Amino acid sequence: METLFYIAAAVTLLATLRVITHVHAVHALLYLVVALIALSLIFYLLGAEFAAALEIIIYGGAIMVLFIFVVMLLGPLAVEQERTWLTPGAWVGPSILALVLLGEVGYLIVAGDLPAISIQEPRQKAVSIALFGPYIIGVELASMLLLPGLIGAYHLGRRLSSEAR
Amino acid sequence: MIDWSHTAFTIAVILGSCLTLAGMLIWVERRLLGVWQERYGPNRLGPGGCLQSLADMIKIFTKEDWIPPFADKAVFVITPAIVVITALMSFAVVPIAPSFVVADLNVGVMFFLAMSSLAAYSVIIGGWASNNKFAFLGSLRAIAQLLSYEVFMGISLMGAVLLAGSFNLSDIVEAQRHQWFVIPQFLGFLGFFMAGLAEAHRTPFDMPEAEAELVAGYHSEYSGMKFGMFFVGEYLSILLLSAMTVILFFGGWHGPWLPPMVWFAVKMFGFIALIILIRAAWPRFRFDQLLSFGWKVVMPLALVNLLVTGGVVLWRAG
Repeated sequence: METLFYIAAAVTLLATLRVITHVHAVHALLYLVVALIALSLIFYLLGAEFAAALEIIIYGGAIMVLFIFVVMLLGPLAVEQERTWLTPGAWVGPSILALVLLGEVGYLIVAGDLPAISIQEPRQKAVSIALFGPYIIGVELASMLLLPGLIGAYHLGRRLSSEAR
Repeated sequence: MIDWSHTAFTIAVILGSCLTLAGMLIWVERRLLGVWQERYGPNRLGPGGCLQSLADMIKIFTKEDWIPPFADKAVFVITPAIVVITALMSFAVVPIAPSFVVADLNVGVMFFLAMSSLAAYSVIIGGWASNNKFAFLGSLRAIAQLLSYEVFMGISLMGAVLLAGSFNLSDIVEAQRHQWFVIPQFLGFLGFFMAGLAEAHRTPFDMPEAEAELVAGYHSEYSGMKFGMFFVGEYLSILLLSAMTVILFFGGWHGPWLPPMVWFAVKMFGFIALIILIRAAWPRFRFDQLLSFGWKVVMPLALVNLLVTGGVVLWRAG
């Protein structure tokens, strides 16, 4: 099981690295899909099978498809533009921030007082009870946030009547 | 622990029969279309023409496998494999008979939905990588269609999940021992079947590959075995749609007298024939009609179905 975890983790990291470094936007997004699938495998190995399935259905299957849909329309010119943007100078800021995080993780590992992760298998029922029990306000807020998005999209996409034009 | 020999046997049987059936369906479809259109169809090679698929295979294998110079090579080559892999992976959770299933996952339904949503990539990326405007138009249509109908597919099969109280496909079949879910879940069945047809892009939902308008849609540039993979993938998704409909709404392997596996095969073949009959009988939708039909008719019905089912389940539980 541990070997499987390390393989999946390595795939996730490599794919995510390629997402950042690839100049071709569609290829970068395809690498992101691979990273999400590998991440879902890690969830599954940790016993969170429901989260693993949702990861692929929502992120891998729906959101990334929409991303690719938009990026596909950019055409080949975008690659040249991206190449000019990805200069060595652009790496400085993100690298410093990433190094800070790396330092924190290193300190935590060395200090050794990590809270033990209890792997209790969160079944679908437990997830649902948590979502619609203590976190019901969060769920409702999220749906209230999505509804204006839906209405806004409908407003932008509506067919104008001949007078309004 | 896991009984490896049983698992290996199950995998071999399911993989072998899926690929053989998908190949044979090419002949079955052409013969059945012939019957319904009052002509013969392929009837020369072998008894009743049943070796036609073999001849088609040989032809497709020996064709020149051409990658257009303007295509995005790596993506172009990977794409056909995605269709076949995702369809075959879904069969891993399909219980054909009691305990005859490769992976009896607790989240079998979710796994099926996940694989069918990943299958969308083959169509979308294939059309884009071909770098051909007809292929690209096909894949643009495919994105809108697959994304919309994926939503209803999930919602309309939740009724069956609610009644069975489990995401496990074997449990869902077991819950239908006395009554098939098609009776309490008729709306759910209609929604699921329609969404499944759209996901498999079969007539009347085959706009992504509408020959009359888009050459061959997203796989216009594919030839040889790469085209063959798309072709086999489409038949695999027909098999998968029939198998899932049987499992979720028509009692899976349950039935009197005959052994479970035979019942499963008989029901599955019924749905395959129905899908082919639909192709023979119906013209395709117009694209805007397809989307508005989905969002304005199927979606509300699926939601109402889910709401009522949930209410009934709660009321029964007291």
